[in-house]
Amino acid sequence: MSDYDPKQVALLDPDALAAAVADAEKAFAGAADLDALATLKPAHLGDRSPVLLARREIGALPPQAKADAGRHVNEARVAVQDAFDRRRAELVAEREARVLREETVDVTLPGGRRPVGARHPVSAVSDRIADVFVGMGYEVAEGPEAETEWFNFDALNIQRDHPARGMHDTLFVAPVENGVVLRTHTSPVQLRTLLHREPPVYVVVPGRVYRDDEYDATHLPAFTQMEGLAVDRGLTMAHLKGTLDRFARAMFGDAAKTRLRPHYFPFTEPSAEVDLWFPQAKGGPRWIEWGGCGMVHPNVLRAAGIDPEVYSGFAFGMGVERTVMFRHGISDMREFAEGDVRFTRHFGTEA
Amino acid sequence: MRVPLSWLVEVLPSLDGRSPEEVAERLIALGVEVDEIETTGASDVDGLVIGEVLEIEELAGFKKPIRYCRVRVAASGEDAVRGIVCGATNFAVGDRVVVALPGALLPGDFRITARTTYGQTSDGMICSARELGLGDEHSGIMVLPPSAELGADAIVTLGLHEAVLVTEPTPDRGYQLSVRGLARELAAAADAGYADPAAVEPGFTAGAGFPIVLDDPAACDRFTARILRGVNASGSSPLWMQTRLARAGMRSISLAVDVTNYVTLLLGQPMHAYDLNLLAAPITVRRARAGETLVTLDGVERTLAAGDDLLITDAERIQGIAGVMGGAHSEVSSSTTDLLLEAAHFDPRVTSRAMRRHGLLTEAGRRFERGVDPELPPAAIEIATRLLLEYGGGTAEDIATDVGEPRLPGGVPTDHRRIGDLVGVEYPPDTVIHRLEQVGARVLVQEDESLEVVPPSWRPDLLETADLAEEVARLEGYDAIPSVLPPAPAGRGLTASQRRRRAVARALAHGGAVENRSFPFHSAEVLDRFGLAAADPRRRLVALANPLSAEQAYLRTTLLPGTLAALARNVGRGAEDVVLFETGLVFREPATGSRPPAPVLPGARRPTGDELAALDAALPEQPEHLAVVFAGAVEPSGWWGPGRAASWADAVDAVRLVLDTAGAEYTLRAAEQAPWHPGRCAEVLVDGVVVGHAGELHPQVCEVLGLPRRTAAAELDLGAVLAAARDEATAPAVSAFPPASQDVALIVDATVPAARVEAELRAGAGDLLEDIRLFDVFTGPQVGEGRKSLAYTLRFRAPDRTLTVEETTAARDSAVGSAALAVGAVQRA
Repeated sequence: MSDYDPKQVALLDPDALAAAVADAEKAFAGAADLDALATLKPAHLGDRSPVLLARREIGALPPQAKADAGRHVNEARVAVQDAFDRRRAELVAEREARVLREETVDVTLPGGRRPVGARHPVSAVSDRIADVFVGMGYEVAEGPEAETEWFNFDALNIQRDHPARGMHDTLFVAPVENGVVLRTHTSPVQLRTLLHREPPVYVVVPGRVYRDDEYDATHLPAFTQMEGLAVDRGLTMAHLKGTLDRFARAMFGDAAKTRLRPHYFPFTEPSAEVDLWFPQAKGGPRWIEWGGCGMVHPNVLRAAGIDPEVYSGFAFGMGVERTVMFRHGISDMREFAEGDVRFTRHFGTEA
Repeated sequence: MRVPLSWLVEVLPSLDGRSPEEVAERLIALGVEVDEIETTGASDVDGLVIGEVLEIEELAGFKKPIRYCRVRVAASGEDAVRGIVCGATNFAVGDRVVVALPGALLPGDFRITARTTYGQTSDGMICSARELGLGDEHSGIMVLPPSAELGADAIVTLGLHEAVLVTEPTPDRGYQLSVRGLARELAAAADAGYADPAAVEPGFTAGAGFPIVLDDPAACDRFTARILRGVNASGSSPLWMQTRLARAGMRSISLAVDVTNYVTLLLGQPMHAYDLNLLAAPITVRRARAGETLVTLDGVERTLAAGDDLLITDAERIQGIAGVMGGAHSEVSSSTTDLLLEAAHFDPRVTSRAMRRHGLLTEAGRRFERGVDPELPPAAIEIATRLLLEYGGGTAEDIATDVGEPRLPGGVPTDHRRIGDLVGVEYPPDTVIHRLEQVGARVLVQEDESLEVVPPSWRPDLLETADLAEEVARLEGYDAIPSVLPPAPAGRGLTASQRRRRAVARALAHGGAVENRSFPFHSAEVLDRFGLAAADPRRRLVALANPLSAEQAYLRTTLLPGTLAALARNVGRGAEDVVLFETGLVFREPATGSRPPAPVLPGARRPTGDELAALDAALPEQPEHLAVVFAGAVEPSGWWGPGRAASWADAVDAVRLVLDTAGAEYTLRAAEQAPWHPGRCAEVLVDGVVVGHAGELHPQVCEVLGLPRRTAAAELDLGAVLAAARDEATAPAVSAFPPASQDVALIVDATVPAARVEAELRAGAGDLLEDIRLFDVFTGPQVGEGRKSLAYTLRFRAPDRTLTVEETTAARDSAVGSAALAVGAVQRA
């Protein structure tokens, strides 16, 4: 044991090793950030660190002491390395958290960078109504707005010189004697459909109609109707009522229903006005005049070449503006025509 | 029609005790519109007495005539005589009038107080009919007959607290314009007994009375006339009649006029009373001849329609337009004692035409055009005669004229099952028969249980089973009809065009545009302001015969005037950034210049193929268009930085969005088209046909229309776009191999459209080209005068392999070569 150096051997003393570990743990814990930690690393895990210096001494030990000393040194080194890794992990987590903290924004800043537009409520509700009927197996039919008197009146059993014809306040295309009007209702499309299709026919007709009316809070010279027509074998007023009730529920919820009141329309017989039980009405549920309906007049079927002894049908029509008005509490019809974006935007893109 | 409830009760006593609301509800359930129930109580009108005018002092020095009257309002007592200021002049000393004393309340929450006016203390007010809530008559104060009791409560005398139902008959039911008709309906609904007020035994025989000639027996198919002599025709009618008429909205004029009006309201038979001594026999009912004119009772001279207006004439002159309005000549005057009473029946269509032609919507005309019971004239004459003789004295001739053969409704074959099948209710045969009898029909049951229904004379509208079904259904109550959803047919959903039209509208809305719906009318001048050339198709205006205003004289040929007006309105209201879109029909006269008139065809018959073609040929062209307009910023500035102003490019992009959404293939190229900026307008072509334009509006157009500078707009023939949309696209093969990109910068002449360069690059690049993107447009000294540099990224990809550099370079070179050859593009170093 001539080369035995007590000082060096002292490095292998378990107490010394424990002290080195404790020193390292304390030093690492005191590191404020990753840079400081990196600076501390050589002193405790570097070649000149106490633990690594101690390992160098193992070779000089007598063989019987080597294993024991090696185990002690290794334990110490692992302990220092663990302390370093733990502290590093802590500091990495802290740094990441700080970065995220620093990147915090005010998420309540206003939007509106890409403004969204809107559908006109009359268009959106027309689509919605059409969807309800498409769901019932109907199709959507269309027709011209400048229409011949035959389609607008004669074929619909509105005879010349009948007061009903006068009641329509018709806008005529010049010259009057050419017999072209701006359609006063969507009903001409009934004929256009029946002339080109064999029954059974189930269609809805959304469309613009015209009246020679002053433009005011309750009248528009051009407004929108939604017409329905069903022609089939064995259709009855009960089927009409059932269809209207389903329509009402689809639009206004399960509490909605309809009521029929006798009325006169030249193109239906029997005829009725439809009242809607409107559950969402301001001030409580109430009946609201909604539209007109009835069984298709035999003369209308005849005008389409359909035998009224074989087929029967029902038809109904509602004002879309009117529907939007009570649905959304609008009191002035002019809102629909002014095109003020503050009004229209309110309704968004779906009805 | 205004119907005092008490009158209905008088004709239908079983109604007694029913509230006005109950009666109105029943009428509504029967199909009679009740517009209003006028119920006035002490909180509406109160404190009125009947007074007598003692003295009238005309006060001078005012702009209008003012009277200071002494009016006795009680038989005796301290305040029995009041001083009242009045602005009307239609009354005289001795007249009985309605006085509202201080403290009285008039309709409209008008409380009367004593006040000083025109230098006098007015201790109350003398009332007009309108002030009392008795209709709209306000040309003077209401003068009561002498029989009105002095000092009596005028509320009771005039029945002011009585309910009045304001009803609106449907155009097919003339009979509802009478107390008789309404009472019958109410009786039927309640299954109550009904005594027809027209069921009176005429006190005359038909024969050679005043000579009447029916020149057109189809237009006037019945004329009953009776002579009355020695009647005080110009005296006043009894107070009960006056008040009843007043409540019904008719002013009392004279006994003769009041009685004819009364009978009109009671039975629905319009009547006329002539001064017999001003008539020169015979009366001829004939059509107007060329050049004839008539001054009607309203003082207006009217040119009569030769061959159409039906006239009542005597040997010397035209007495009136039949069924519409009389002339002034033979009116009952203060000296009239001998009368000729007329009750006649005229063709509804003839009356309707005359009424509308002359703008005379009279009580008589309203009834005749809806159909009057042609069996009524004798009963009307009889009831009117009795009233005139009772209140005006005199005698009636025993023989009256009653000529003409009215057409009565014919029998309708039907059966109870067909009626039930239409309504959806199984009506027992007895119910059907009972209900039809209640409306006045005779029902004959045939051996096979089918029915022959003969409608009553007042129901010319009952022509077939459907008409009878309505009668049964409404009397049984529409509420009794069950609610049954018909078995759903198998539908095909929306058509491709309908789905695409919706998709387009939604895409635009989600892209920031707000939908507008303007009226489809504009003036011709707006097209001048647009700067349209004379031959522009948008000049092929369709004119309206009766436009709403000069500004709305034509149907639109373009959506832009309406959409831009809405844009200007929004900007005017303070909106800065507005994008609007609109879809709708535009209307054009055909390029050939004129449309043939539509054939006049009957209803109830299917037109032939040729006739249908002729109908459609009469219509103007009506394509569906779409417009988008932009003002201000499409992206606003904000905390994120500056915004982006809308420009021509947004309008062109909107067109791309529409066509891409619709699924139509298209090309764009520069165009010059008003109202766009000549250097900033693109036209869109589908299958080689121009379907629309987009770009910035011409600065002058913006100026003239009051639009913001650089307003951008697009308009498309949406119908053509939807029709051109391809049905089903074949799915692309998506390659999983990596792409290879190459950038090229090409210098071309500044006038070469970018679209052309891109097309050439595409053509030259071949199938390996996946995408091409123009990322920079540069002009400047480096590229030379009149030249521009276009920088593209070409992205290549093969379906089956990773491309080599050599392959992509070769493809790029081929692309550049193609552009070089076609447009002289030079690759920038």
